[in-house]
Amino acid sequence: MKITLKVWRQKGPSDKGRLVSYVVDDVSPDMSFLEMLDVLNERLILTGDDPVAFDHDCREGICGMCSMVIDGTPHGPQRATTTCQLHMRHYKDGDTITIEPWRAAPFPVVKDLVVDRSAFDRIIQAGGFISVPAGSAPDAHSMPVAKNDADDAFDAATCIGCGACVAACPNGSAALFTGAKITHLGLLPQGQPERMARAKAMVEQMDAEGFGGCTNTGECVAVCPKGISLDVIGRMNADFLKSSK
Amino acid sequence: MAVTGAILVLYLVAHMLGNLKIFLGAGAFNAYAEWLRTVGEPAVPGRTVLTLTEIVLTVAVVLHIWSAVALARRAGKARPVKYAARPKAHASRYATHIMRYGGLTIALFVVWHLLDLTFGVVNPAGGAAAPYDRVVESFDLSRWYVTLFYFVAVIMVGLHLRHGIWSAFQTLGMTTHRTRGRIRVASALLSAVLVLGFLSVPVAVMIGVVK
Ligand code: HEM
Ligand code: FES
Repeated sequence: MKITLKVWRQKGPSDKGRLVSYVVDDVSPDMSFLEMLDVLNERLILTGDDPVAFDHDCREGICGMCSMVIDGTPHGPQRATTTCQLHMRHYKDGDTITIEPWRAAPFPVVKDLVVDRSAFDRIIQAGGFISVPAGSAPDAHSMPVAKNDADDAFDAATCIGCGACVAACPNGSAALFTGAKITHLGLLPQGQPERMARAKAMVEQMDAEGFGGCTNTGECVAVCPKGISLDVIGRMNADFLKSSK
Repeated sequence: MAVTGAILVLYLVAHMLGNLKIFLGAGAFNAYAEWLRTVGEPAVPGRTVLTLTEIVLTVAVVLHIWSAVALARRAGKARPVKYAARPKAHASRYATHIMRYGGLTIALFVVWHLLDLTFGVVNPAGGAAAPYDRVVESFDLSRWYVTLFYFVAVIMVGLHLRHGIWSAFQTLGMTTHRTRGRIRVASALLSAVLVLGFLSVPVAVMIGVVK
């Protein structure tokens, strides 16, 4: 297949940046989206050009690094799929694809498609942990957890912190990410002692980072590669309001 | 946003129920309008309840718009560089994406509505006429464009609330994994009931049931 790419190129944080067109021939439908970019980069290196910088690590949909907005959609057109798990068979010969970085003030562009997501780390540092010696894994029956809570906590814990929710949100809000972390720990017995303080600290850090306000549009859920549910935002709001009383 | 929105929703429910009194005839409707002015007398002076309602509503509307503007400004700051590719609505919830335009339409409507039926300034029957006559004259077929505007505005209110009501529950932390779906259905139902209730009056005037 022959694919035309319009890729965001930006030399560094202070560069203005622009979209640059590249034509990639010989794209196989079996390639993943990132492999297609690898092909482009190998060619750019051979011709002495600067390869397109993009984040990636596991390439198996679990690390959350492969952040890019493909034709206006974070992680591209496949639902519940990270960019690294998106395959070129969803495209056809002659397609043009626009690739941009996550767009949010708290996620400044480092280079090309790479953004700095330290804002998420600081939200976690504000309270996304439990301060008890965890030791080795306890026996499964030593601390009973209701089935519903275990399921919901597990679903929330599947968040890989990629930031697609922020990239998709018309308000640039990080409510889905923060809500997932608060829900995950807040539903389990180990998370109870610090539950309210955690919600307060994490929400306040989220706001301090400059993310927008959530208006429950659901755009985040629609692009989330892990299908995190809007319910986590309701839980975050409940804990936050309780903690502020 | 959620608290002021909830106040406005409660008001809309009461307002719609009151409007339906028009189906009981001119006497009942005008008496209801009079009651709104005299309720509480003689314990409190006339219009006390009405004036209090007006104050609460005005404050709620102002704070509601103020929160909407604050949210929009935060959103603008959070995304200084826009996407080049057409920003798509992924959740396909059009009601969600017209909240701000819908709000603006409603605001314009409220202004006209007050001039028309409260002050009678733009009403053919004039402000001195009985409330029942003001309603009948306002929705006269010759003023079809006014009725059309009412329809558009009321439907906008319905769409605004279809998202707004459940969103307010979520904002106030009153949704859980197991209730959110039901709250969303209930919010769509209440919005539909409000739209139908508010539209039944102009329709009744147009087809001559109320004349
Ligand atoms: C006067 C003009 C109005 C404007 C400019 C306006 C604007 C807005 C905006 C921008 C939002 C936030 C969007 C969102 O949550 O997704 C909102 C939410 C809401 N609005 Fe309005 N609105 C107006 C009138 C009304 C009226 C008349 C009612 C009720 C009858 C109402 C009820 C609500 C509710 C319940 C919410 C949800 C609050 C939340 O999510 O926390 N609004 N409005
Ligand atoms: S590279 Fe790890 S999730 Fe895509």
